[in-house]
Amino acid sequence: MFFTVALYTSLAIFSLGLIYKVSTWFRYSLGIEAKNISTPARLFAALRGIILTFFSPKLFTLLKVFVLDVLLQVKVLKQDFLKWAMHMCIYYGFLLLLLMHGLDKIVTSALFPEYYSTVNPFLFLRDFFGVLVLLGVGIAVYRRFILKVPRLRTSPMDLYAIIILAVIMLSGFLLEGTKITSYTKYQEMVEEYTVAADEEELRSLEAYWVAKFGVVSPEVKGPFDADTLAAGKEAHEMSCLQCHSRPQWGFTGYTVAKVTKPVAPLLDRAKASSILLYIHFLACFIGLAYLPFSKMFHIFTTPLSLLVNSVMEEGKSAPANIATIQMLELDACMHCGTCSVQCRVGVVFETLRNLNILPSEKIPSIKALVTGKKLSAEEIRNIQEGLHLCTNCHRCTVVCPAGINLQELWLSVRETLLERHQPEFFVLSPLSLYRGLMQDSLDPDKDHYPDPIELALKNIYPNGIPLHMLDSDTPLVPSDNGLSGKVYQSAQASTFSHCFRCVTCTNACPVVRNYAKPSEAVGLLPHQIMHAAGMGLWDIVFSSRMLWDCLGCYQCQEHCPQGVCVADIIYELKNIAVTRAKEKLTKQAKT
Amino acid sequence: MKYTLLRCCTTPIVLQQYEWSTNAVLEKLGIGLVDVEEFGCCGYPLRNINFKAYVISSARNLALADRENLDLLTVCNCCYGTMRHIEQLLQDDESIRKEVNDTLEKEGLRYEGDIRPKHLLQVLYDDIGIDAIRKQIVHTFKDLNIATHYGCRILRPSKLIKFDKPHSPSKFDELVEVTGARSVNWLKKHECCGSPLWGVNEELSLDLTENKLKHARKSGADFLCVACSYCQIQYDHVQKILVSRRGPKHQLPSILYPQLLGLSLGIDSETLGLHMNQISINDIELYLLDKAASQD
Repeated sequence: MFFTVALYTSLAIFSLGLIYKVSTWFRYSLGIEAKNISTPARLFAALRGIILTFFSPKLFTLLKVFVLDVLLQVKVLKQDFLKWAMHMCIYYGFLLLLLMHGLDKIVTSALFPEYYSTVNPFLFLRDFFGVLVLLGVGIAVYRRFILKVPRLRTSPMDLYAIIILAVIMLSGFLLEGTKITSYTKYQEMVEEYTVAADEEELRSLEAYWVAKFGVVSPEVKGPFDADTLAAGKEAHEMSCLQCHSRPQWGFTGYTVAKVTKPVAPLLDRAKASSILLYIHFLACFIGLAYLPFSKMFHIFTTPLSLLVNSVMEEGKSAPANIATIQMLELDACMHCGTCSVQCRVGVVFETLRNLNILPSEKIPSIKALVTGKKLSAEEIRNIQEGLHLCTNCHRCTVVCPAGINLQELWLSVRETLLERHQPEFFVLSPLSLYRGLMQDSLDPDKDHYPDPIELALKNIYPNGIPLHMLDSDTPLVPSDNGLSGKVYQSAQASTFSHCFRCVTCTNACPVVRNYAKPSEAVGLLPHQIMHAAGMGLWDIVFSSRMLWDCLGCYQCQEHCPQGVCVADIIYELKNIAVTRAKEKLTKQAKT
Repeated sequence: MKYTLLRCCTTPIVLQQYEWSTNAVLEKLGIGLVDVEEFGCCGYPLRNINFKAYVISSARNLALADRENLDLLTVCNCCYGTMRHIEQLLQDDESIRKEVNDTLEKEGLRYEGDIRPKHLLQVLYDDIGIDAIRKQIVHTFKDLNIATHYGCRILRPSKLIKFDKPHSPSKFDELVEVTGARSVNWLKKHECCGSPLWGVNEELSLDLTENKLKHARKSGADFLCVACSYCQIQYDHVQKILVSRRGPKHQLPSILYPQLLGLSLGIDSETLGLHMNQISINDIELYLLDKAASQD
C-alpha cells in the first residue's frame, strides 16, 4: 500500500514537473526579438519544425547524432576519457538497472518468462550494473573533490545528484546483503515454497543454506557433515534451486553479508532489510519526483538539445524556434563545467571573483533572470559583467557536450539585460568589437545600439555629463581623494610629473587630429590630462571622453621627449575611473 | 624550430583564414607549432577596465608556454604587445610576479620567464630570415603595389617592443617585397587602424580607418597587407560596413601577410582561405607569375 501510494505520488509529481518544465520552454524567452512571439505561435512553430525535419534528409543527421553523441558520447570521449568513463558507467549502469530491475515486472518478465531476480544472469547483472553506477559516482566524487580541476565548480545540485545515486545504490547493496543473512526471510521462503518436508529434511536444508547461501541461523551452525549437506542439497534442489542461483553471484550483497555476519541476527531482529527496503524505495521515489527540477532532468534535455541543435541552421531557423530552444538549452546544461574549465577568460575569475564570469555559472543566473526572480541592481550588474567579460571566441559552444549554443545565449541575454539600465563598463573595451560586428542582427533599427556605451560613460563622468557640457564657471577644485597615490602605483605612471607641456603627445594623437575642434569631442587633450592629473583635478580628467577614445596606439608615448608614459597613464586612469564609478553605484545601492 | 601557437580569440569566429594560412606557411618553412589547448585570452581587451585581470590572463599564457618550454608565437599585434608588456612587468616587479604565481599555482602553473613571446613577423624575419624564405619562393608577384600596415603594437612603445625602428621600420616591408610585390610609401603608414574603438565609438573608428584607406589608395596601392587579427578585422569586416555606410570611394582590400607569402610559396588559395575574406582579394592571383616566367 505504502509503495503504491508513494510510487503514484512521485509519478504524479514527476509528470506535473515535466509538464511545468516543458511549458517554460514555450512561455519564457531570452532574446529581444522573441518577446513578441506568443506561446501558441511557438508551440505551432516547434511542431511544424519537428514534422518538417522528420520528413527531410535531416533525419539522417538526427540518427547520426543520436548514435554518436547521445548513445556513445563521442564528444565527451574526445575531451576527457575519465569523464566519459564516469558518465558511461552511470548512464548505462542506471539505465539497465532501471529496465531490468526497477521495471522488471514490465520489461524483464515480458522478455524473459523465466525471469527471477535471484537467478542468473539477472542476479549477477543487477549487482554488476549497480557497481557500474557506483563506480561512476566514485569517479564523479574523485573529479569534483579530489582532483581539484581549476574553476570546476560543484553546486548543491551536483551534490544532490551524487548523493541520491549513491543512496539508491548503497541501500540496494545493503538490502541484498541483509536479505541474504536474514533468518526471517529464510523462514518465510521455507514456509511458502518447501513442498511437504519433514523436520529432518528442513534441518538439512537449513544447514545447506547456512553453509552455501550465507543465511545466519540462530540455531543451526556449522561445520556440517557431508551427509547433512547432501540431504540439504537434495531438498534445495527440490524446492529452491529453480529460483535461486548461488548468492556469490550477487557479489556486492554477498560481500555485505559476509562482513555483517557477526551482527546478522541483530540486524534481522531489527528488521534491517525492511528498513533498507524503505530507504531504497524512498530514494528512488524522491529521485523520480524531483527529477524534473534537478540536474537529472538532463537525461531528457541534453539529448534533445544535441539533436535539435544538430539540425538548426544559422539564419534559416524560425526565430520562434530559436527562442524555444534557448529555453530548452538552459535545462539541458548538466553543470559538467567543461565550458568553465576551457573558457578563455576563465582565469579572470581568480582576480575578479565574480562567478558569472564562468560560463557554467552564468546558466543558473540566466534562469533566475528569465523566470522573473527578483534580483538586486548589484546582482544584475554582476550577471551583466559576467556576460560582457567574454571574448566571444565560441570555445564554450564548441566544447559543450550538451551541444548548447552558449555563445548565442550570452549574446541574447546581454542585449535583453541592457533594458534594465544598469551600466556595464566592459562595453568600453575592445570586447565590444563583436557586438559592433553583429550589430545588424542584434538591433536592426539601431534604436538602442549606442545606449550601453552612453550609460557607461554617464556613470563614469563625475557629474554625469562630459566636460564640454560642464558649466565653464564651475571652479576647478583639486580633489585629492588619495587618487594621486593610486596613479603612482606603477612605475610608468609615476612619469607624469615629468611633463613640461610641450603638447607633442597631443599633436601625435590620431584621435585629436581627427577633429576640427577636438576639445568639444574628447574633453581634455592628452597633454592636458597629464597636467590635470598632476594637479589633482580629477573631476575634469574623468569627465573627458578622451580616456575612452584613446586607441592605445602609443603614438603619444613614443613621441614624448620627456619619457612620460602617456598611454600607460591613460590606461591606469581608465581603471581608476571605473573603480570610482563602481564605488559610487555600490554607495547608491546602500542608501 | 618549434613554437607554441597562441591563437587570438578573434580568429576562430571571424578570421579562420588567418589560422589556416599561418599554419600552412609555417609548415612550408619547416616550423613546428604546438597547440596548447589551455591557452586563453591574452588580456588585451581587459586592460581598459581591470589591470589585474589583464595581468593574470597574459601571465597564465606565458606560464603555459613556460611549461612547454617553447617560445610563444602570436599572430596578433595586440596579443604581442600585451604579452611583451606583461613579460617585462613580471621580470621587473617581484611583488606582481609573486602574486601572479600564487594564483597560477592553483592550476599547477608557474611563470619562470624561460621563454619569449614572439610575433609572427618576428619569427619570419629574425628567426627564419629573409634569405631562407627567398629560397622557398616559387611564384613572385609582378606590378603589385602593397600598402604595408605595421600596426601599433609591433612598433610601439619602442622601449618595450624592439622589433624594428619605431619611426622608420623596414622589416615588414622587406617581408612583403620578398614575394616580388612592391611595398609603397604612404602617409599614415605607422598609424592605428582604428579597431580599438570599433563597438565603442564607431564614427571615430570609421573616420580613422577611412583616413588610412584614403592615404593607402593615394599611394597607388592595390592591397593593404597586415599581420594582426584586429587590424585585419578592421580592414575587412569593418571596412565592409564602412563601404555600406559611406560609399566605396576609398575601398581597398586587405590581405593577411601569410596569405600573401603563402601564394608566393606555392600554397593554393583554398588552403590560404582567400575566399573567406569579406572584401574579395581573389584578384591578387592575377599578379602572380611562376618563377620561370619571373626570371625571364
